Amino acid sequence: MSTYYNSEDLKKFGSIGAFGAKDLANDFFKYYGDVFAEGALTSREKSLIALAVAHVLKCPYCIDAYTTDTLEKGCSEDEMMEAVHVGAVMAAGITLVHSTQMINKAKELTM
Amino acid sequence: MNPVKSLKARKHELGESAFQLEVLNDRLTLGKHLPSFREKLEPIGLFPLKPTEIDIFQVNMGKMCNQVCKHCHVDAGPDRKEIMTQETMQLCLGVLQKHKFKTIDLTGGAPEMNPHFRWFIEQIRAIDNDINIIVRCNLTIILANKKYHDLPDFFKQHRIEVASSLPFYTATRTDSQRGDGVFEDSIKALQMLNAVGYGQEDSGLTLNLVYNPAGAFLPSGQAGMEKEFKRALKAKYGIEFNHLFCITNIPISRFLDYLLVSGNYSEYMEKLVNSFNPTAAANVMCRTTLSIGWDGYLYDCDFNQMLDLKVAGKAKHLRDFDMEALTQRSIIINQHCYGCTAGAGSSCGGEVAK
Repeated sequence: MSTYYNSEDLKKFGSIGAFGAKDLANDFFKYYGDVFAEGALTSREKSLIALAVAHVLKCPYCIDAYTTDTLEKGCSEDEMMEAVHVGAVMAAGITLVHSTQMINKAKELTM
Repeated sequence: MNPVKSLKARKHELGESAFQLEVLNDRLTLGKHLPSFREKLEPIGLFPLKPTEIDIFQVNMGKMCNQVCKHCHVDAGPDRKEIMTQETMQLCLGVLQKHKFKTIDLTGGAPEMNPHFRWFIEQIRAIDNDINIIVRCNLTIILANKKYHDLPDFFKQHRIEVASSLPFYTATRTDSQRGDGVFEDSIKALQMLNAVGYGQEDSGLTLNLVYNPAGAFLPSGQAGMEKEFKRALKAKYGIEFNHLFCITNIPISRFLDYLLVSGNYSEYMEKLVNSFNPTAAANVMCRTTLSIGWDGYLYDCDFNQMLDLKVAGKAKHLRDFDMEALTQRSIIINQHCYGCTAGAGSSCGGEVAK
């Protein structure tokens, strides 16, 4: 194997059940389909959330998939980029909010 | 940057329909095997593909256009001189006198650039005062020259349904497909159409917009997209319209050139094939439409017209028009037809599978 990530592999995602644990795969894909269907949130809004998550979790498959999906659903460049910024600022905030623990511990240990 | 000349004027090999068909059927260019469109129709009982009821008479009034859009399936532009003569329009009128259609759909190029455009519409109205006449107006033509500034009034006077391309509600994506400044002029033209009543509630004047993706991806969710377009255009520009039609880019002519040059061809074709929808296939527009070329030849659709795939049978020209034979004919199919059957399907009226 020359690389860990291959864009062609994304097309195989739907058939992971053929390798094993078919029922679990089927359950997952049913859940996946249900989650992304129109609901209280539109499928367009859900796609933008997925795009942000794809970046935060740094999944190249998901970034490809949800860049295409948001484009197909008519999202603008600004909407797509703002979604990524939401993910980025959450990740930064999550890091920074942990500094409160550092501050607490530092105060505990210092005069 | 948009091309300034058509493929034809550049003597590009994709300017030739035979070469386009060669590419579409060449496995080497594709780099993989994909089933033929026929292989998809056969198991669902749709081969040979037959008309259901021919109720749309679509006339391509010529390839001349004031724009040179990157995706244009007509390869239209200012350098294209092929436009319908008044004699050929007379042949169209002869057919309209003898046969009843629900809709006359006038397209191009920019149909308004044909010097006999207004005369033709007046003649159609004289034959049938109630028939729905659609003009596929690219919007910018209204501002292109003083002589076109009164088109909104002319459309209103003849109760024309206006269908206009607007690939997106932002300038960046619209101009990337249709040329610099097209978005700004399109917005002005839409405001002019609104000003005479088009797209306004209870005016009876229909203004529909046509969305097609500005790139190698498919359209999705016409209803949701319509809501977004309405919200964005109303909020920012005060523009109102009736419906948004989502259309898939068909892999021929300039869009095929774009796919090949950008390295997206193989993936795009695979996506079209994998998105084949039998319901969309049953409702494809060629089953209800007859497409007339600028020179009077008959085609199953505007895409077959651009690939020079004339209707099957002996009567291939308006001169020999035979409605019975046309109703019985088999529709010519090829690999580009996957564009109309992907996902929710695609036609000049948008999605076909609800």
